[in-house]
Amino acid sequence: MNKESLYDYILTIADNCLILGQRLGELCGHGPSLETDIAGTNISLDLIGQTRSFYQYAADIEGKGKTEDDIAFLRLEKDYKNCLLVEQPNDHFGYVIGRQYLWDTFYLLFLNELQNSSDETLSAIAKKGIKEVSYHRRFSGDWVKRLGDGSEESHLKMQEVVNGLWPYVDELFDMTGVSKELIKQGIAVDLSKLRETYFKQVSALLEEATLEVPERKYFVYGGKKGVHSEYFGYLLSDLQYMQRTYPNMTW
Amino acid sequence: MSEKEIKNLEEIFEARIARDEKIEPKDWMPEKYRKTHIRQISQHAHSEIVGMLPEGNWITRAPSLRRKAALLAKVQDEAGHGLYLYSACETLGISREEMYEQLHTGKAKYSSIFNYPTLTWADMGAIGWLVDGAAIINQVPLCNTSYGPYARAMIRVCKEESFHQRQGFESLLTLCKGTPDQKNMAQDALNRWWWPSLMMFGPTDDESTHTEQSMKWKLKRKTNDELRQQFVDQTVPQAEILGITIPDPDLKWNEERGHYDFGKINWDEFWQVVKGHGPCNKQRIKDRVSAWEKGAWVRDAAIAYAEKQEKRNQEERKAS
Ligand SMILES: [Fe+2]
Ligand SMILES: [Fe+2]
Ligand SMILES: [Fe+2]
Repeated sequence: MNKESLYDYILTIADNCLILGQRLGELCGHGPSLETDIAGTNISLDLIGQTRSFYQYAADIEGKGKTEDDIAFLRLEKDYKNCLLVEQPNDHFGYVIGRQYLWDTFYLLFLNELQNSSDETLSAIAKKGIKEVSYHRRFSGDWVKRLGDGSEESHLKMQEVVNGLWPYVDELFDMTGVSKELIKQGIAVDLSKLRETYFKQVSALLEEATLEVPERKYFVYGGKKGVHSEYFGYLLSDLQYMQRTYPNMTW
Repeated sequence: MSEKEIKNLEEIFEARIARDEKIEPKDWMPEKYRKTHIRQISQHAHSEIVGMLPEGNWITRAPSLRRKAALLAKVQDEAGHGLYLYSACETLGISREEMYEQLHTGKAKYSSIFNYPTLTWADMGAIGWLVDGAAIINQVPLCNTSYGPYARAMIRVCKEESFHQRQGFESLLTLCKGTPDQKNMAQDALNRWWWPSLMMFGPTDDESTHTEQSMKWKLKRKTNDELRQQFVDQTVPQAEILGITIPDPDLKWNEERGHYDFGKINWDEFWQVVKGHGPCNKQRIKDRVSAWEKGAWVRDAAIAYAEKQEKRNQEERKAS
């Protein structure tokens, strides 16, 4: 097994958890209700927890004495491999929910496969994650329905959200950073196999939410190659602020 | 009811409290008891949720993943405290919307400590150590208060607050054992949070109103000054372990009293902040109001959706 490609592979998963967890962390205390605030914080907390498990494992594999925090905080922008979807800003609660649902649906399908990985650590992290992410997906899916099939205003807003985020969904299945070798060894998940189920599940829920499913063209890719959005640098400046300002300290 | 009958009910009521029985939502209670409890419990609930803001301010900038997770968990706990306390208060016949309205219009107060800014990472440790620490001293006696739902909420809240307090202390200890920059950060945080923490116990006893009634209803067991003294006595040795200096030149052990003597609190500052002119009062309320207003369409959508669902269910029931 090639250590480097496994290390890279773990980052292509975990960076999504970190960045989405970070985005959700911006919202604490500013949501539409106490209950949604608690749920948002809880999802963020789960994602940061998963990030830690993945990064600890990645640091182990690399074997250069790095810590989870070195990986989380001390990389250059182009070295983060999360997809564009999860870094999209919290424009309003509809975007938060839409982004969450589009991610959760993918991530749950993904973890369901990853639990069968021949890599025991990845399989164990996936098993634990499935419980958490099933809850996340129920929460976000229920809210997509409420907002889509709620008031006239919320319906319009939610349709706009779905249209706005749709260009980013196909990148979820982009195989950048996933080596064929790892798939052959049964370590990595073949993302292309998840695509059809994903679009089926998402379309069904959007229909239930009385929302139109956007056409499947004009997708945007980049995050997995390290080419991020303009929003991303700002997110990193918050994320990295302490570690950059006070290097080499214990917190 | 005649005046005499009410008087009689009141006597029975007071006797129940004296016997340490809990008053429950459906029980008869004097109007004043209800009003006082609504004021205190809602104020407490508001403090929990306004308190999420200064700490939430550092979630995105936490220096390590472990600390980020711990801070998220802490702020989530505070939101949970808000939730139980609002629910406890609702049992007294006031709605959550009414309580929010009172907070947003400045009619209801919240703990003034949250009107101070969180300027560095060390403030997260200082808040846990001092603010949660002071809150525990204020709240432990409330675990035995007379109103059942409030007492039960407090038992759960206090357990979590003492966890926050230990966690805050541990986070500061890490800074104090770290580099000079880190230790300075901890000292600076103590300098800014010490006096406002002492103010959390409220005005001195001779200026404090309605204490006697509160004692009878077990909303209070000790006076403000007694609680403040307890806080100082408990905290000074902890600051010594940290190796940082409490910013009070008059602080010294008084052998005769068996307590620490401490300097004079700046009551002008206390009243200024209570009256809405602290460093962050406007910002905190603005944030709460803005969250509420921006969330209106979401809450409306949820209601509209629930109504549609209800209708669908009814139609289904009719059809079957
Ligand atoms: Fe609390
Ligand atoms: Fe509290
Ligand atoms: Fe607390």
